[in-house]
Amino acid sequence: MSADSPYALELIDIQCTFRAKDDASQRYTAVADTTLRIREGEFVSVVGPTGCGKSTLLNVGAGLLQPSSGTVKVFGQPLEGINTRAGYMFQTEALMPWRSARDNVMVGLQYRGVSDADAAAQAEQWLARVGLAGFGDRYPHQLSGGMRKRAALAQTLVLDPDIILMDEPFSALDVQTRQLMENEVLELWSRKKKAVLFITHDLDEAIAMSDRVVVLSAGPATHPIGEFAIDLARPRDVAEVRTHPRFVELHTQIWNVLRDEVLKGYAQQLKKAA
Amino acid sequence: MATFRPTERNARAWQVGLLVVLLLAWHLVSRGDKAAFFLGEPIQVAGRIWSWFLPFAVPPNPLFPEGLPGNADIYRHLGTTLLETVLAFGIGTVLGLACGLWLALAPTASLILDPYIKAANSMPRVILAPIFALWFGLGIWSKVALAVTLVFFIVFFNVYQGVREVSPVVLANAKMLGANQRQLLRTVYLPSATSWVFSSLHTSVGLAFVGAVVGEYLGSARGVGYLILQAEGTFDVNTVFAGIVVLTVFALALDGLVGRVEKRLMKWQPRSGETEKL
Repeated sequence: MSADSPYALELIDIQCTFRAKDDASQRYTAVADTTLRIREGEFVSVVGPTGCGKSTLLNVGAGLLQPSSGTVKVFGQPLEGINTRAGYMFQTEALMPWRSARDNVMVGLQYRGVSDADAAAQAEQWLARVGLAGFGDRYPHQLSGGMRKRAALAQTLVLDPDIILMDEPFSALDVQTRQLMENEVLELWSRKKKAVLFITHDLDEAIAMSDRVVVLSAGPATHPIGEFAIDLARPRDVAEVRTHPRFVELHTQIWNVLRDEVLKGYAQQLKKAA
Repeated sequence: MATFRPTERNARAWQVGLLVVLLLAWHLVSRGDKAAFFLGEPIQVAGRIWSWFLPFAVPPNPLFPEGLPGNADIYRHLGTTLLETVLAFGIGTVLGLACGLWLALAPTASLILDPYIKAANSMPRVILAPIFALWFGLGIWSKVALAVTLVFFIVFFNVYQGVREVSPVVLANAKMLGANQRQLLRTVYLPSATSWVFSSLHTSVGLAFVGAVVGEYLGSARGVGYLILQAEGTFDVNTVFAGIVVLTVFALALDGLVGRVEKRLMKWQPRSGETEKL
């Protein structure tokens, strides 16, 4: 059954309604009527205005959040509990501050019962691959923001997940570091094609990296309102591809859809603040 | 003149200077017999400490007209007090850690026990000393029990807080990396809670000491608290002060020891002034 499914991850008719803790009558529907399918080896980006429920969708795919209704399927199998075939790169700091970079990369392997020596060797290999060779003994606070992101990337990828979920992983980095990291992720991805669900609010980043870009509406009750196949040739350099005429064309097309939603989202935030 | 201004470099000299001035003032004030009765005399206090610690007698001299016996008899008492402190600290920390972890991870139990914990914490626990004396006798265990009640709540609340304030992202990350409940406890909750325990370690070591001494003071046959109680009974204020000095010095030493252990175990925590980023 699972081998037949062409999809690595399917989110079908997902709806997420949150209830305020102190007042059960206060409800907020973050995501509604959302169906999203990601093929094996496909790099899909989801863009949308800030606060529209992108992360909610990703948490549903990771199994960290139960949807109010709808089904999640992983390689054709309904998902129960944590999605064990997925690796998750978080937006904020997720490294354990009390473990050194190497120990952080090792920890997932240790959870799986890999021997310490073996895990350490693999961790060392991955640290080298993300450009952190020789930094294994450092604690997260001794690393710069970009290095922490690299360590987090190694921590996720060392487990060789079939699905990679990324929640605005580079939004906290400066532009140069960010482009370097984006290229590195593309490099690593092209070697072993995994299904990637990449959440971002940066349209440039989404187009430069993905095979497909899904545009979400402004919240509440976020749902996909547009889908664009990105037919730019690979391998791509995220900085260079931005000047490609096709890139500009796609950017205009998608931005036309996204712009209204961004304005709506902005207006809502203003209203909330007032 | 500028060299005598207090700066960070000559702070030690200033600290010692202040001590000398205070001792001198104490000495001058205590020259009157009446004042000496209430305040003690620093030289007599020093003499008392000498006889407590050193086995060498001092022949009569202008400072000590009767000479000083070299008893070296405090070690038995000091050993008892320190043993009580260490036992209370160890038992209290382990119990606090275990209960804190359990209650923080079992919301139902913590909901039910909440008022009892609040009551136990706000109760003045020193009054438990007579009960403990009744239960455990006048030996060291009644003092250990009293000190444990002091240490336990400090550690307990810190662990409880520590587990509840584990970063949700770190927790979710560990889950995504495949940690089961036991692995989460070992690799996320416990290290996070330990950092809170260490931040309370200075307080809890101090309280373990307080518990031991107060316990001895309320009824015992051994310990520094007992020495102080005996001296008080005979209005021997010099011995009382000598006891206080000895206790203070050892409390400082314990605190320094904790600081060292903390520095070693908490090296993953950023310290201000550390610019090692690359």
